[in-house]
Amino acid sequence: MNTQHLQTDFLVIGGGTAGTMAGIKAKQANPDADVLILEKANIRRSGAIAMGMDGVNTAVIPGNSTPEQYVREITIANDGVLEQKNVYQTGRWGFEVIQELESWGVKFQKDHEGNYDLKQVHRVGKYVLPMPEGKDLKKILARQVKRHKVRVTNRVMATRVMVKDGRAIGAVGFDVRKGDFVVIQAKAVVLCTGACGRLGLPASGYLYGTYENPTNAGDGYSMAYHAGAELTNIECFQINPLIKDYNGPACAYVASPFGAYTANAEGNRFISCDYWSGQMMLETWKELNSGKGPVHLKMYHLDDDTISEIERVLWANERPSRERFHEGRGEDYRTDGVEMNISEIGLCSGHSASGVWVNDKAETTVPGLYAAGDMASVPHNYMIGAFVSGRLSGINAMDYVEGLEHVEPDPEFLATEKARIYAPLDRPDGVPHTQVEYKLRRYVNDYLQPPKSPTKMDIGLAAFERYHETLDLMGAQDPHELMRCMEVHFIRDCAEMAARASLYRKESRWGLYHYRLDYPEKNNEEWFCHANLKKSETGEMEMFKRPVSPYMVEVNLQQEVYDVAVR
Amino acid sequence: MALATQRVDVPVIVDESKCLEKCKACIEVCPLDVLVKNPETGKAYMKYDECWFCLPCEKECPTNAITVQIPFLLR
Ligand SMILES: Cc1cc2nc3c(=O)[nH]c(=O)nc-3n(C[C@H](O)[C@H](O)[C@H](O)COP(=O)(O)OP(=O)(O)OC[C@H]3O[C@@H](n4cnc5c(N)ncnc54)[C@H](O)[C@@H]3O)c2cc1C
Ligand code: SF4
Ligand code: SF4
Repeated sequence: MNTQHLQTDFLVIGGGTAGTMAGIKAKQANPDADVLILEKANIRRSGAIAMGMDGVNTAVIPGNSTPEQYVREITIANDGVLEQKNVYQTGRWGFEVIQELESWGVKFQKDHEGNYDLKQVHRVGKYVLPMPEGKDLKKILARQVKRHKVRVTNRVMATRVMVKDGRAIGAVGFDVRKGDFVVIQAKAVVLCTGACGRLGLPASGYLYGTYENPTNAGDGYSMAYHAGAELTNIECFQINPLIKDYNGPACAYVASPFGAYTANAEGNRFISCDYWSGQMMLETWKELNSGKGPVHLKMYHLDDDTISEIERVLWANERPSRERFHEGRGEDYRTDGVEMNISEIGLCSGHSASGVWVNDKAETTVPGLYAAGDMASVPHNYMIGAFVSGRLSGINAMDYVEGLEHVEPDPEFLATEKARIYAPLDRPDGVPHTQVEYKLRRYVNDYLQPPKSPTKMDIGLAAFERYHETLDLMGAQDPHELMRCMEVHFIRDCAEMAARASLYRKESRWGLYHYRLDYPEKNNEEWFCHANLKKSETGEMEMFKRPVSPYMVEVNLQQEVYDVAVR
Repeated sequence: MALATQRVDVPVIVDESKCLEKCKACIEVCPLDVLVKNPETGKAYMKYDECWFCLPCEKECPTNAITVQIPFLLR
């Protein structure tokens, strides 16, 4: 096994939405600095936006809304528990991001007068900006990465952040094709590895039939944890209302501005707003369990031209294979509703609020370690939030590295990590990763899928702890399989975090995301706070409360309860 | 441990008559890294059944040799 040693000023782990932007912004801030993106796949087509995006969900455009209004909207949608100044950044910088993307050739929908054509999907404001021609977004970003002379190493998967004297000093990983051990020294590191999209098992039973790009297995959540960083509100799961079996968005964000809506089996509305929130998911869950299910996205009342326009957007961007999915089942939006289901659980602050604790500079609690995108705890952040947090991390890291020197990694740490990574190759006849992962994720469904029961979660937690032994049985026959094995390690860590955090918060909040059967009510007196976790000095997973910082935008949560039920 | 090899229906089909020996486009872009070349024939094929049915492989193929089906379990 060869070892590759690399050095850079700023290491970006994960070259997706946030990562490419982090690299570009760092280079713009300091063109002389060396910036390296480490990517498990290939940045040309990796991550959530591999096939582009059909819209921006969180666009704060002057003349349509203000950052303050946006902060208000998300504060209410996220039941009050958030750091407003983080969310503010998305509102503050999103417009600049959109303009810069546009200057690079990304197209956003405009009206006849040339103004951004915003749509209302949220409860109050207009924040959705369609991108009917958004399919090449990732190719455009990859081109800018190259133009800005950011170095890129594709097909290397990071497995651990190196920390010395309390400071992030680089990362280790391996080449998923050649198998080389890779050690990278860096003065600052940002984790941008996306959501934990492979936590629960999809109802189809197909391990990779997930909503999120399945390359995002919670790698960054686990790496941040082992680096000693705090994570927050992990119990605020990501659960989405998706096309049954296909597991992609149905997609009300595109279709509802045209008049589509989510309906029950009788064809009636049961929610007044299609924006994804925990409360909306709870109403969906109730409807499914009321005998009025299944629920579907209803478009068959729209005229043929309108449906053709919706199809034009959906068949070309984001998850274009849904066309052939419907075709295979003989379904047509003109006559059939899109049958929907509640997804398995995941972790993602892009959609809900579970993530690595960051401040408004994208710093984690470990000096030199930043987090951005779906894995960083800025609630409901979506794509523009990923760009903004990537940008913040790149710019702030360039300040931080000023005058810093590289630090020699600890040989003992390297030896231990090397042994952990390559162990499955020594057991080529060990249990295949597919079986090990399947069982782990089935346990996640069995014991963690809301509504949450304390006894079940206790059993689940014990199973996840015992699963360390199962991981030691896993075998790999090549570097590719080794990549999947290491992902299963990450998934196990995330499952344990999800169980512990859910047991810790003894109330219900965020609708279905954290609906506890034994504490069915919200308890603001004791739990209007963040529930954080980190690895203690002795290596235990410890839970603790963090107060919610005073609001910068006044919101009266007593009066402004998020409620989208149709009664 | 004792292992058995099981047959599975994989979602990606390559029309070998159209696949170019010198090309690697689909292999380079696949986010899951599941496509490889058969060293004997020089043709691409799906080696691992781990697919997000996302389509970059199909879109980037210069000769339209690739067809991505929805994986059997979801179809
Ligand atoms: C199906 C779908 C539809 C969506 N629709 C919309 C929408 O319409 N509008 C909107 O605003 N938002 C939408 N979102 C959300 C938005 O796409 C995400 O919030 C955003 O793209 C997240 O960016 P990211 O950088 O965190 O993750 P990604 O862009 O997924 O990037 C993560 C990167 O990290 C890499 N990686 C992972 N692990 C490792 C590792 N160990 N080592 C090295 N590299 C690693 C991955 O390969 C990937 O390239 C959607 C998301 C999905 C999945
Ligand atoms: S559809 Fe996506 S995951 Fe499947 S082989 Fe093609 S590029 Fe890879
Ligand atoms: S992109 Fe097309 S031509 Fe190129 S290797 Fe793949 S299948 Fe063959």
